[in-house]
Amino acid sequence: MSFSNLEQLYRQVIMDHYKNPRNKGLLQEDGYHEVHLKNPTCGDDITVQVKVEDGKLVDLRHQGTGCSICCSSASVMTQTLKEKTLDEAQNITNNFYELVKGNEYDEDLDMGDSPVYQGVSKFPARVKCATISWKAAEQAINELKK
Amino acid sequence: MSIDVNRIREDFPILKEKMNGRPLVYLDSGATTLKPQAVIDAVNCYNTKTTSNVHRGVYQLSNDATELYEGAREKVKQLINAKTSSEIVFTKGATHSLNLVAQSFGLYHLKAGDEIIVSELEHHSSFLPWQHVARVTGAILKFIPLDSAGHITIENFKKVLSEKTKVVAINYVSNVMGYESPIKEITALAHEVGAIVSVDAAQAVPHMKIDVQDLGCDFLSFSGHKMCGPTGVGVLYGRYDLLNSLEPIEFGGEMIDIVGETTSTWKDAPYRFEAGTPVIAGAIGLGAAIDYLESIGFDAIAQHELELRQYAVSELDKLGGITIFNRDAQTGIISFNIDGVHPHDAATIYDAEGICVRAGHHCAQPLMGWLCQPATLRASFYLYNTKEEVDAFVEATRKGKEFFDGVFF
Repeated sequence: MSFSNLEQLYRQVIMDHYKNPRNKGLLQEDGYHEVHLKNPTCGDDITVQVKVEDGKLVDLRHQGTGCSICCSSASVMTQTLKEKTLDEAQNITNNFYELVKGNEYDEDLDMGDSPVYQGVSKFPARVKCATISWKAAEQAINELKK
Repeated sequence: MSIDVNRIREDFPILKEKMNGRPLVYLDSGATTLKPQAVIDAVNCYNTKTTSNVHRGVYQLSNDATELYEGAREKVKQLINAKTSSEIVFTKGATHSLNLVAQSFGLYHLKAGDEIIVSELEHHSSFLPWQHVARVTGAILKFIPLDSAGHITIENFKKVLSEKTKVVAINYVSNVMGYESPIKEITALAHEVGAIVSVDAAQAVPHMKIDVQDLGCDFLSFSGHKMCGPTGVGVLYGRYDLLNSLEPIEFGGEMIDIVGETTSTWKDAPYRFEAGTPVIAGAIGLGAAIDYLESIGFDAIAQHELELRQYAVSELDKLGGITIFNRDAQTGIISFNIDGVHPHDAATIYDAEGICVRAGHHCAQPLMGWLCQPATLRASFYLYNTKEEVDAFVEATRKGKEFFDGVFF
Protein backbone atom coordinates (compact mmCIF):
# COMPACT_ATOMS: atom_id res chain seq x y z
CA MET A 1 0.00 0.00 0.00
CA SER A 2 1.41 3.36 -0.89
CA PHE A 3 0.57 6.97 -1.24
CA SER A 4 -0.06 6.47 -4.97
CA ASN A 5 -3.07 4.36 -3.99
CA LEU A 6 -4.17 7.15 -1.71
CA GLU A 7 -3.78 9.67 -4.45
CA GLN A 8 -5.90 7.49 -6.67
CA LEU A 9 -8.52 7.34 -3.95
CA TYR A 10 -8.61 11.06 -3.40
CA ARG A 11 -8.40 12.16 -6.98
CA GLN A 12 -8.87 15.76 -7.90
CA VAL A 13 -12.46 15.15 -8.98
CA ILE A 14 -13.39 13.78 -5.58
CA MET A 15 -11.78 16.67 -3.78
CA ASP A 16 -13.48 19.11 -6.12
CA HIS A 17 -16.90 17.65 -5.30
CA TYR A 18 -16.03 17.67 -1.59
CA LYS A 19 -15.00 21.31 -1.64
CA ASN A 20 -17.64 22.48 -4.07
CA PRO A 21 -20.57 20.11 -3.72
CA ARG A 22 -23.22 20.24 -6.43
CA ASN A 23 -26.94 20.09 -5.61
CA LYS A 24 -26.27 20.53 -1.91
CA GLY A 25 -29.00 21.68 0.46
CA LEU A 26 -32.49 20.32 0.90
CA LEU A 27 -35.50 22.05 -0.61
CA GLN A 28 -38.77 22.56 1.22
CA GLU A 29 -40.82 22.31 -1.97
CA ASP A 30 -43.59 19.99 -3.05
CA GLY A 31 -42.68 16.93 -5.04
CA TYR A 32 -39.46 16.06 -3.24
CA HIS A 33 -39.23 12.69 -1.55
CA GLU A 34 -36.63 12.37 1.20
CA VAL A 35 -34.59 9.52 2.71
CA HIS A 36 -32.18 9.91 5.61
CA LEU A 37 -29.44 7.29 6.11
CA LYS A 38 -26.74 7.02 8.76
CA ASN A 39 -23.73 4.84 9.15
CA PRO A 40 -23.71 4.50 12.92
CA THR A 41 -20.17 3.15 13.06
CA CYS A 42 -18.46 6.15 11.50
CA GLY A 43 -21.02 8.91 11.81
CA ASP A 44 -21.69 9.47 8.10
CA ASP A 45 -25.15 11.06 7.99
CA ILE A 46 -26.77 11.84 4.65
CA THR A 47 -30.22 12.97 3.55
CA VAL A 48 -31.12 12.69 -0.12
CA GLN A 49 -34.14 14.21 -1.85
CA VAL A 50 -35.43 13.06 -5.23
CA LYS A 51 -38.04 14.65 -7.46
CA VAL A 52 -39.63 12.45 -10.13
CA GLU A 53 -41.75 13.67 -13.02
CA ASP A 54 -43.02 11.42 -15.79
CA GLY A 55 -40.79 8.55 -14.68
CA LYS A 56 -37.69 10.74 -14.77
CA LEU A 57 -35.47 12.10 -12.00
CA VAL A 58 -35.80 15.82 -12.59
CA ASP A 59 -33.90 16.82 -9.45
CA LEU A 60 -31.80 15.30 -6.66
CA ARG A 61 -30.52 17.10 -3.58
CA HIS A 62 -28.29 16.07 -0.69
CA GLN A 63 -27.32 17.32 2.73
CA GLY A 64 -25.33 15.81 5.53
CA THR A 65 -22.04 15.30 7.29
CA GLY A 66 -19.33 12.76 6.70
CA CYS A 67 -15.92 12.11 5.29
CA SER A 68 -14.74 13.39 1.94
CA ILE A 69 -15.62 10.13 0.18
CA CYS A 70 -19.17 10.15 1.54
CA CYS A 71 -19.91 13.82 0.87
CA SER A 72 -18.28 14.00 -2.55
CA SER A 73 -20.00 10.82 -3.65
CA ALA A 74 -23.38 12.36 -2.76
CA SER A 75 -22.57 15.29 -4.99
CA VAL A 76 -21.43 13.03 -7.85
CA MET A 77 -24.51 10.85 -7.41
CA THR A 78 -26.94 13.76 -7.76
CA GLN A 79 -25.20 14.91 -10.94
CA THR A 80 -24.99 11.43 -12.42
CA LEU A 81 -28.62 10.44 -11.84
CA LYS A 82 -30.23 13.74 -12.79
CA GLU A 83 -32.42 13.57 -15.92
CA LYS A 84 -32.27 9.76 -15.91
CA THR A 85 -35.34 7.54 -15.98
CA LEU A 86 -35.96 5.44 -12.88
CA ASP A 87 -34.80 2.31 -14.69
CA GLU A 88 -31.65 4.00 -15.98
CA ALA A 89 -30.96 5.28 -12.47
CA GLN A 90 -31.26 1.79 -11.04
CA ASN A 91 -28.89 0.37 -13.67
CA ILE A 92 -26.35 3.12 -13.06
CA THR A 93 -26.62 2.62 -9.30
CA ASN A 94 -26.08 -1.15 -9.60
CA ASN A 95 -23.17 -0.48 -11.92
CA PHE A 96 -21.70 1.93 -9.35
CA TYR A 97 -21.93 -0.71 -6.60
CA GLU A 98 -19.88 -3.05 -8.81
CA LEU A 99 -17.21 -0.51 -9.69
CA VAL A 100 -16.59 0.59 -6.09
CA LYS A 101 -16.03 -3.04 -5.17
CA GLY A 102 -13.48 -3.38 -7.95
CA ASN A 103 -15.73 -5.71 -9.97
CA GLU A 104 -16.30 -5.52 -13.69
CA TYR A 105 -18.83 -2.89 -14.65
CA ASP A 106 -20.56 -1.66 -17.79
CA GLU A 107 -18.36 1.13 -19.13
CA ASP A 108 -20.92 2.06 -21.77
CA LEU A 109 -23.44 3.36 -19.26
CA ASP A 110 -23.44 7.12 -18.66
CA MET A 111 -21.73 7.07 -15.26
CA GLY A 112 -20.77 10.76 -15.11
CA ASP A 113 -17.85 11.37 -12.73
CA SER A 114 -18.61 8.27 -10.69
CA PRO A 115 -15.87 5.96 -12.10
CA VAL A 116 -13.33 8.00 -10.09
CA TYR A 117 -14.54 5.93 -7.12
CA GLN A 118 -12.88 2.80 -8.49
CA GLY A 119 -9.98 3.66 -6.17
CA VAL A 120 -12.27 2.93 -3.22
CA SER A 121 -12.08 -0.79 -4.02
CA LYS A 122 -8.56 -0.87 -2.60
CA PHE A 123 -9.98 0.40 0.71
CA PRO A 124 -12.84 -1.99 1.52
CA ALA A 125 -13.56 -0.16 4.77
CA ARG A 126 -14.57 2.88 2.70
CA VAL A 127 -17.05 1.24 0.31
CA LYS A 128 -19.90 2.11 2.69
CA CYS A 129 -18.84 5.77 2.64
CA ALA A 130 -18.95 5.87 -1.14
CA THR A 131 -22.32 4.15 -1.45
CA ILE A 132 -24.42 5.58 1.38
CA SER A 133 -25.88 8.46 -0.68
CA TRP A 134 -26.59 6.11 -3.59
CA LYS A 135 -28.40 3.75 -1.22
CA ALA A 136 -30.46 6.68 0.04
CA ALA A 137 -31.42 7.68 -3.52
CA GLU A 138 -32.21 4.06 -4.38
CA GLN A 139 -34.44 3.75 -1.33
CA ALA A 140 -36.21 7.02 -2.14
CA ILE A 141 -36.90 5.86 -5.68
CA ASN A 142 -38.15 2.48 -4.49
CA GLU A 143 -40.47 4.13 -1.99
CA LEU A 144 -41.90 6.29 -4.76
CA LYS A 145 -42.45 3.27 -6.98
CA LYS A 146 -44.71 1.64 -4.36
CA MET B 1 10.16 1.24 36.95
CA SER B 2 10.37 0.48 33.30
CA ILE B 3 9.52 -2.46 31.13
CA ASP B 4 11.61 -4.29 28.56
CA VAL B 5 9.34 -3.63 25.63
CA ASN B 6 11.51 -5.48 23.11
CA ARG B 7 11.31 -8.63 25.18
CA ILE B 8 7.56 -8.16 25.63
CA ARG B 9 7.08 -7.81 21.88
CA GLU B 10 8.60 -11.27 21.42
CA ASP B 11 5.62 -12.63 23.37
CA PHE B 12 3.08 -11.36 20.79
CA PRO B 13 3.25 -13.40 17.58
CA ILE B 14 0.97 -11.02 15.65
CA LEU B 15 3.63 -8.30 15.87
CA LYS B 16 5.59 -10.25 13.24
CA GLU B 17 2.70 -9.74 10.79
CA LYS B 18 2.43 -6.92 8.30
CA MET B 19 -0.52 -4.73 7.37
CA ASN B 20 -0.69 -3.28 3.87
CA GLY B 21 2.93 -4.31 3.39
CA ARG B 22 4.11 -2.32 6.42
CA PRO B 23 5.14 -3.52 9.88
CA LEU B 24 1.99 -3.63 12.00
CA VAL B 25 1.70 -0.64 14.33
CA TYR B 26 -1.18 -1.48 16.59
CA LEU B 27 -2.54 1.58 18.41
CA ASP B 28 -6.07 0.36 19.07
CA SER B 29 -5.72 -1.52 22.33
CA GLY B 30 -8.68 0.43 23.70
CA ALA B 31 -10.79 -1.62 21.29
CA THR B 32 -9.10 -4.95 21.86
CA THR B 33 -5.57 -5.98 22.76
CA LEU B 34 -3.15 -8.31 21.05
CA LYS B 35 -2.72 -11.76 22.54
CA PRO B 36 0.53 -13.09 24.00
CA GLN B 37 1.69 -16.63 23.28
CA ALA B 38 0.99 -17.67 26.88
CA VAL B 39 -2.72 -16.92 26.41
CA ILE B 40 -2.84 -18.61 23.01
CA ASP B 41 -1.15 -21.66 24.56
CA ALA B 42 -3.53 -21.80 27.52
CA VAL B 43 -6.57 -21.79 25.22
CA ASN B 44 -4.95 -24.35 22.91
CA CYS B 45 -4.02 -26.53 25.85
CA TYR B 46 -7.63 -26.69 27.02
CA ASN B 47 -8.77 -27.49 23.50
CA THR B 48 -6.13 -30.15 22.89
CA LYS B 49 -5.55 -31.71 26.32
CA THR B 50 -8.33 -31.02 28.80
CA THR B 51 -11.49 -30.53 26.73
CA SER B 52 -14.53 -31.46 28.77
CA ASN B 53 -17.38 -29.70 30.50
CA VAL B 54 -16.97 -28.22 33.96
CA HIS B 55 -18.84 -29.08 37.16
CA ARG B 56 -20.51 -32.07 35.52
CA GLY B 57 -18.38 -35.12 34.82
CA VAL B 58 -17.17 -37.39 37.57
CA TYR B 59 -14.22 -38.39 35.40
CA GLN B 60 -10.69 -37.07 35.69
CA LEU B 61 -10.74 -34.92 32.55
CA SER B 62 -13.78 -32.98 33.72
CA ASN B 63 -12.19 -32.56 37.10
CA ASP B 64 -9.06 -31.13 35.45
CA ALA B 65 -11.09 -28.71 33.35
CA THR B 66 -13.07 -27.63 36.41
CA GLU B 67 -9.88 -26.96 38.34
CA LEU B 68 -8.53 -24.81 35.51
CA TYR B 69 -11.82 -22.91 35.19
CA GLU B 70 -12.18 -22.32 38.93
CA GLY B 71 -8.48 -21.53 39.11
CA ALA B 72 -9.10 -18.69 36.66
CA ARG B 73 -11.88 -17.41 38.91
CA GLU B 74 -9.44 -17.39 41.82
CA LYS B 75 -6.95 -15.40 39.72
CA VAL B 76 -9.60 -12.79 38.94
CA LYS B 77 -10.50 -12.59 42.62
CA GLN B 78 -6.89 -11.87 43.52
CA LEU B 79 -6.44 -9.44 40.63
CA ILE B 80 -9.17 -7.11 41.87
CA ASN B 81 -8.92 -8.08 45.56
CA ALA B 82 -12.45 -9.40 45.91
CA LYS B 83 -13.27 -10.95 49.30
CA THR B 84 -14.10 -14.33 47.82
CA SER B 85 -14.07 -15.96 44.41
CA SER B 86 -17.86 -16.38 44.78
CA GLU B 87 -18.06 -12.67 43.95
CA ILE B 88 -16.66 -13.34 40.47
CA VAL B 89 -19.12 -14.17 37.68
CA PHE B 90 -17.75 -15.16 34.29
CA THR B 91 -19.72 -13.49 31.51
CA LYS B 92 -19.37 -12.96 27.76
CA GLY B 93 -17.74 -9.57 28.28
CA ALA B 94 -18.19 -6.21 29.98
CA THR B 95 -21.33 -5.50 27.96
CA HIS B 96 -22.92 -8.72 29.20
CA SER B 97 -21.86 -7.94 32.78
CA LEU B 98 -23.29 -4.41 32.68
CA ASN B 99 -26.56 -5.67 31.20
CA LEU B 100 -26.73 -8.38 33.85
CA VAL B 101 -26.61 -5.79 36.63
CA ALA B 102 -29.18 -3.56 34.95
CA GLN B 103 -31.62 -6.37 34.29
CA SER B 104 -31.24 -8.32 37.47
CA PHE B 105 -30.97 -5.41 39.86
CA GLY B 106 -32.64 -2.62 37.90
CA LEU B 107 -35.72 -4.34 36.57
CA TYR B 108 -36.50 -5.93 39.96
CA HIS B 109 -35.67 -3.09 42.33
CA LEU B 110 -36.47 0.20 40.59
CA LYS B 111 -39.83 1.89 40.36
CA ALA B 112 -41.26 5.01 38.77
CA GLY B 113 -39.57 8.17 40.04
CA ASP B 114 -36.40 6.46 41.23
CA GLU B 115 -33.28 8.03 39.81
CA ILE B 116 -30.34 6.45 38.00
CA ILE B 117 -27.18 8.53 37.65
CA VAL B 118 -25.02 8.09 34.57
CA SER B 119 -22.76 10.49 32.67
CA GLU B 120 -22.19 11.73 29.14
CA LEU B 121 -18.78 10.08 29.32
CA GLU B 122 -20.30 6.61 29.28
CA HIS B 123 -19.75 3.99 26.64
CA HIS B 124 -23.11 2.94 25.21
CA SER B 125 -22.86 -0.38 27.05
CA SER B 126 -22.63 1.46 30.36
CA PHE B 127 -25.73 3.64 30.01
CA LEU B 128 -28.02 1.96 27.44
CA PRO B 129 -28.89 -0.94 29.80
CA TRP B 130 -30.08 1.70 32.28
CA GLN B 131 -31.90 3.70 29.63
CA HIS B 132 -33.83 0.48 29.00
CA VAL B 133 -34.48 -0.03 32.71
CA ALA B 134 -35.69 3.56 32.98
CA ARG B 135 -38.07 3.08 30.07
CA VAL B 136 -39.50 -0.12 31.54
CA THR B 137 -39.74 0.96 35.18
CA GLY B 138 -40.41 4.68 34.86
CA ALA B 139 -37.18 5.49 36.67
CA ILE B 140 -35.39 8.67 35.61
CA LEU B 141 -31.92 8.88 34.06
CA LYS B 142 -29.79 11.74 35.37
CA PHE B 143 -26.55 12.78 33.69
CA ILE B 144 -23.64 14.10 35.72
CA PRO B 145 -22.73 17.41 34.05
CA LEU B 146 -19.14 17.23 32.80
CA ASP B 147 -16.70 20.01 33.63
CA SER B 148 -15.23 22.17 30.87
CA ALA B 149 -12.54 19.58 30.04
CA GLY B 150 -14.99 16.69 30.14
CA HIS B 151 -14.20 15.29 33.58
CA ILE B 152 -16.62 13.77 36.04
CA THR B 153 -16.11 15.70 39.27
CA ILE B 154 -17.35 15.11 42.80
CA GLU B 155 -18.78 18.61 42.82
CA ASN B 156 -20.91 17.92 39.76
CA PHE B 157 -21.84 14.46 40.98
CA LYS B 158 -23.30 16.04 44.12
CA LYS B 159 -25.53 18.21 41.93
CA VAL B 160 -27.43 15.17 40.64
CA LEU B 161 -27.23 12.94 43.72
CA SER B 162 -30.39 12.90 45.84
CA GLU B 163 -32.45 10.74 48.16
CA LYS B 164 -34.16 9.45 45.02
CA THR B 165 -30.91 8.07 43.60
CA LYS B 166 -31.01 4.29 43.56
CA VAL B 167 -28.23 3.49 41.08
CA VAL B 168 -25.01 5.12 39.95
CA ALA B 169 -23.70 3.57 36.71
CA ILE B 170 -20.41 5.12 35.74
CA ASN B 171 -17.14 4.41 33.97
CA TYR B 172 -13.84 4.03 35.79
CA VAL B 173 -11.80 5.19 32.78
CA SER B 174 -13.52 6.78 29.77
CA ASN B 175 -12.89 4.91 26.54
CA VAL B 176 -12.69 8.20 24.63
CA MET B 177 -11.19 10.69 27.07
CA GLY B 178 -9.05 8.31 29.10
CA TYR B 179 -9.96 10.16 32.30
CA GLU B 180 -10.11 8.31 35.59
CA SER B 181 -13.36 8.88 37.50
CA PRO B 182 -13.25 9.40 41.28
CA ILE B 183 -14.99 6.07 41.93
CA LYS B 184 -14.10 5.72 45.60
CA GLU B 185 -15.47 9.14 46.56
CA ILE B 186 -18.55 8.73 44.38
CA THR B 187 -19.25 5.33 45.89
CA ALA B 188 -19.03 6.68 49.44
CA LEU B 189 -21.49 9.48 48.62
CA ALA B 190 -23.84 7.14 46.76
CA HIS B 191 -23.92 4.72 49.67
CA GLU B 192 -24.89 7.54 52.02
CA VAL B 193 -28.21 7.83 50.16
CA GLY B 194 -28.58 4.05 49.83
CA ALA B 195 -27.77 3.86 46.11
CA ILE B 196 -25.75 1.04 44.58
CA VAL B 197 -22.77 1.73 42.31
CA SER B 198 -22.05 -0.23 39.13
CA VAL B 199 -18.66 0.52 37.59
CA ASP B 200 -17.72 -0.01 33.95
CA ALA B 201 -14.04 -0.83 34.39
CA ALA B 202 -13.37 -2.18 30.88
CA GLN B 203 -10.73 0.51 30.25
CA ALA B 204 -9.35 0.43 33.80
CA VAL B 205 -8.64 -3.17 34.82
CA PRO B 206 -6.23 -3.81 31.90
CA HIS B 207 -4.13 -0.80 32.81
CA MET B 208 -4.04 -0.30 36.56
CA LYS B 209 -4.16 -2.11 39.88
CA ILE B 210 -7.76 -2.32 41.07
CA ASP B 211 -8.97 -3.03 44.58
CA VAL B 212 -12.74 -3.45 44.76
CA GLN B 213 -12.75 -3.54 48.55
CA ASP B 214 -10.94 -0.24 48.70
CA LEU B 215 -13.22 1.29 46.04
CA GLY B 216 -16.27 -0.02 47.87
CA CYS B 217 -18.32 -0.30 44.66
CA ASP B 218 -21.15 -2.83 44.48
CA PHE B 219 -20.53 -4.07 40.95
CA LEU B 220 -17.56 -3.84 38.61
CA SER B 221 -17.49 -5.09 35.03
CA PHE B 222 -14.69 -5.72 32.58
CA SER B 223 -13.71 -7.73 29.50
CA GLY B 224 -10.96 -10.27 29.00
CA HIS B 225 -10.07 -9.27 25.46
CA LYS B 226 -8.99 -5.75 26.44
CA MET B 227 -6.35 -7.21 28.79
CA CYS B 228 -4.57 -9.70 26.53
CA GLY B 229 -7.22 -12.38 27.06
CA PRO B 230 -9.49 -14.01 24.50
CA THR B 231 -12.68 -12.45 23.15
CA GLY B 232 -15.94 -13.82 24.52
CA VAL B 233 -15.06 -13.77 28.21
CA GLY B 234 -15.67 -11.06 30.76
CA VAL B 235 -16.16 -10.60 34.45
CA LEU B 236 -18.83 -9.25 36.71
CA TYR B 237 -17.70 -8.60 40.25
CA GLY B 238 -20.56 -8.21 42.71
CA ARG B 239 -20.48 -7.59 46.46
CA TYR B 240 -21.52 -11.01 47.68
CA ASP B 241 -24.58 -10.29 49.82
CA LEU B 242 -26.03 -8.13 47.08
CA LEU B 243 -24.99 -10.42 44.22
CA ASN B 244 -26.46 -13.45 45.93
CA SER B 245 -29.78 -11.67 46.47
CA LEU B 246 -30.30 -10.99 42.77
CA GLU B 247 -32.48 -12.95 40.38
CA PRO B 248 -30.73 -14.62 37.48
CA ILE B 249 -31.61 -13.33 34.01
CA GLU B 250 -30.66 -16.47 32.11
CA PHE B 251 -31.97 -19.89 33.00
CA GLY B 252 -30.75 -23.35 32.07
CA GLY B 253 -28.23 -25.96 32.99
CA GLU B 254 -25.84 -25.74 35.94
CA MET B 255 -27.45 -22.69 37.54
CA ILE B 256 -30.19 -24.64 39.33
CA ASP B 257 -30.59 -25.97 42.81
CA ILE B 258 -33.88 -27.93 42.71
CA VAL B 259 -36.10 -27.92 39.63
CA GLY B 260 -39.83 -28.48 39.94
CA GLU B 261 -42.52 -28.30 37.30
CA THR B 262 -43.84 -24.93 38.42
CA THR B 263 -41.08 -23.45 40.55
CA SER B 264 -37.37 -23.96 40.93
CA THR B 265 -34.56 -22.67 43.09
CA TRP B 266 -31.12 -21.51 42.10
CA LYS B 267 -27.58 -22.14 43.13
CA ASP B 268 -25.80 -19.46 45.07
CA ALA B 269 -23.75 -16.83 43.24
CA PRO B 270 -21.76 -16.92 41.07
CA TYR B 271 -23.22 -20.09 39.53
CA ARG B 272 -26.80 -18.83 39.33
CA PHE B 273 -25.54 -16.32 36.77
CA GLU B 274 -23.63 -18.86 34.66
CA ALA B 275 -26.42 -20.80 32.98
CA GLY B 276 -25.35 -23.33 30.38
CA THR B 277 -21.84 -24.38 29.52
CA PRO B 278 -19.70 -21.40 30.45
CA VAL B 279 -16.92 -19.88 28.40
CA ILE B 280 -14.38 -22.39 29.66
CA ALA B 281 -11.52 -21.84 27.21
CA GLY B 282 -12.03 -18.08 27.48
CA ALA B 283 -11.87 -18.08 31.28
CA ILE B 284 -8.72 -20.22 31.24
CA GLY B 285 -7.21 -17.84 28.68
CA LEU B 286 -8.14 -14.87 30.87
CA GLY B 287 -6.42 -16.55 33.79
CA ALA B 288 -3.27 -16.86 31.70
CA ALA B 289 -3.58 -13.21 30.68
CA ILE B 290 -3.77 -12.15 34.33
CA ASP B 291 -0.63 -14.19 35.10
CA TYR B 292 1.10 -12.58 32.14
CA LEU B 293 0.19 -8.99 33.06
CA GLU B 294 1.06 -9.53 36.72
CA SER B 295 4.46 -10.90 35.73
CA ILE B 296 5.16 -7.52 34.13
CA GLY B 297 3.40 -5.43 36.76
CA PHE B 298 0.47 -3.03 36.44
CA ASP B 299 2.37 -0.04 37.77
CA ALA B 300 5.08 -0.55 35.17
CA ILE B 301 2.47 -0.95 32.41
CA ALA B 302 0.67 2.24 33.46
CA GLN B 303 3.96 4.12 33.59
CA HIS B 304 4.94 2.89 30.11
CA GLU B 305 1.59 3.92 28.63
CA LEU B 306 1.83 7.36 30.21
CA GLU B 307 5.34 7.90 28.85
CA LEU B 308 4.21 6.96 25.34
CA ARG B 309 1.20 9.23 25.66
CA GLN B 310 3.24 12.23 26.80
CA TYR B 311 5.78 11.66 24.04
CA ALA B 312 3.04 11.35 21.39
CA VAL B 313 1.23 14.49 22.58
CA SER B 314 4.42 16.56 22.50
CA GLU B 315 5.29 15.29 19.00
CA LEU B 316 1.76 15.95 17.71
CA ASP B 317 1.95 19.45 19.16
CA LYS B 318 5.12 20.07 17.16
CA LEU B 319 3.20 19.30 13.95
CA GLY B 320 0.50 21.86 14.73
CA GLY B 321 -3.01 21.72 13.34
CA ILE B 322 -3.98 18.82 15.59
CA THR B 323 -6.78 19.19 18.12
CA ILE B 324 -6.32 16.97 21.17
CA PHE B 325 -9.52 16.52 23.16
CA ASN B 326 -8.07 14.96 26.31
CA ARG B 327 -4.83 16.79 26.85
CA ASP B 328 -4.60 16.16 30.60
CA ALA B 329 -5.55 12.45 30.67
CA GLN B 330 -3.16 10.23 32.62
CA THR B 331 -3.83 7.02 30.70
CA GLY B 332 -2.72 5.69 27.32
CA ILE B 333 -5.63 7.10 25.30
CA ILE B 334 -5.29 10.10 22.98
CA SER B 335 -8.45 11.43 21.33
CA PHE B 336 -7.79 13.91 18.58
CA ASN B 337 -8.63 15.17 15.13
CA ILE B 338 -6.48 16.55 12.34
CA ASP B 339 -7.93 20.00 11.71
CA GLY B 340 -9.92 20.10 8.50
CA VAL B 341 -9.67 16.36 7.86
CA HIS B 342 -12.58 14.05 8.59
CA PRO B 343 -11.43 11.28 10.96
CA HIS B 344 -12.47 8.61 8.49
CA ASP B 345 -10.26 10.12 5.80
CA ALA B 346 -7.42 10.31 8.30
CA ALA B 347 -7.88 6.69 9.35
CA THR B 348 -7.39 5.59 5.76
CA ILE B 349 -4.06 7.40 5.68
CA TYR B 350 -2.98 5.56 8.83
CA ASP B 351 -4.23 2.29 7.37
CA ALA B 352 -2.08 2.75 4.28
CA GLU B 353 0.92 3.21 6.58
CA GLY B 354 0.22 0.00 8.52
CA ILE B 355 -1.07 1.88 11.57
CA CYS B 356 -4.25 0.81 13.36
CA VAL B 357 -6.09 3.70 15.00
CA ARG B 358 -9.76 3.98 15.72
CA ALA B 359 -11.97 6.48 13.90
CA GLY B 360 -15.62 6.97 14.74
CA HIS B 361 -17.88 7.76 17.64
CA HIS B 362 -16.33 5.07 19.89
CA CYS B 363 -19.73 3.84 21.06
CA ALA B 364 -20.08 7.15 22.88
CA GLN B 365 -22.51 9.24 20.86
CA PRO B 366 -23.57 11.49 23.76
CA LEU B 367 -19.90 12.40 24.28
CA MET B 368 -19.46 13.16 20.56
CA GLY B 369 -22.37 15.57 20.98
CA TRP B 370 -20.65 17.11 24.00
CA LEU B 371 -17.42 17.48 22.01
CA CYS B 372 -19.38 18.85 19.03
CA GLN B 373 -17.62 16.35 16.79
CA PRO B 374 -19.30 13.82 14.49
CA ALA B 375 -16.39 11.49 15.19
CA THR B 376 -12.84 11.51 16.50
CA LEU B 377 -9.59 9.63 16.07
CA ARG B 378 -8.25 7.61 18.97
CA ALA B 379 -4.81 6.16 19.49
CA SER B 380 -4.52 3.90 22.52
CA PHE B 381 -1.29 2.42 23.83
CA TYR B 382 -0.47 -0.74 25.71
CA LEU B 383 2.54 -2.53 27.07
CA TYR B 384 3.83 -3.70 23.68
CA ASN B 385 3.93 -0.27 22.00
CA THR B 386 7.22 1.55 21.46
CA LYS B 387 8.51 5.08 20.97
CA GLU B 388 9.41 4.09 17.42
CA GLU B 389 5.76 3.25 16.81
CA VAL B 390 4.77 6.66 18.15
CA ASP B 391 7.26 8.14 15.66
CA ALA B 392 5.65 6.18 12.82
CA PHE B 393 2.23 7.36 13.98
CA VAL B 394 3.33 11.00 14.14
CA GLU B 395 5.02 10.73 10.75
CA ALA B 396 1.82 9.30 9.22
CA THR B 397 -0.12 12.15 10.82
CA ARG B 398 2.28 14.62 9.22
CA LYS B 399 1.95 12.94 5.81
CA GLY B 400 -1.83 12.87 6.16
CA LYS B 401 -1.96 16.55 7.00
CA GLU B 402 0.28 17.37 4.07
CA PHE B 403 -1.68 15.14 1.72
CA PHE B 404 -5.02 16.64 2.59
CA ASP B 405 -3.67 20.18 2.71
CA GLY B 406 -2.42 19.50 -0.81
CA VAL B 407 -5.68 18.20 -2.16
CA PHE B 408 -8.04 20.39 -0.21
CA PHE B 409 -6.48 23.82 -0.34
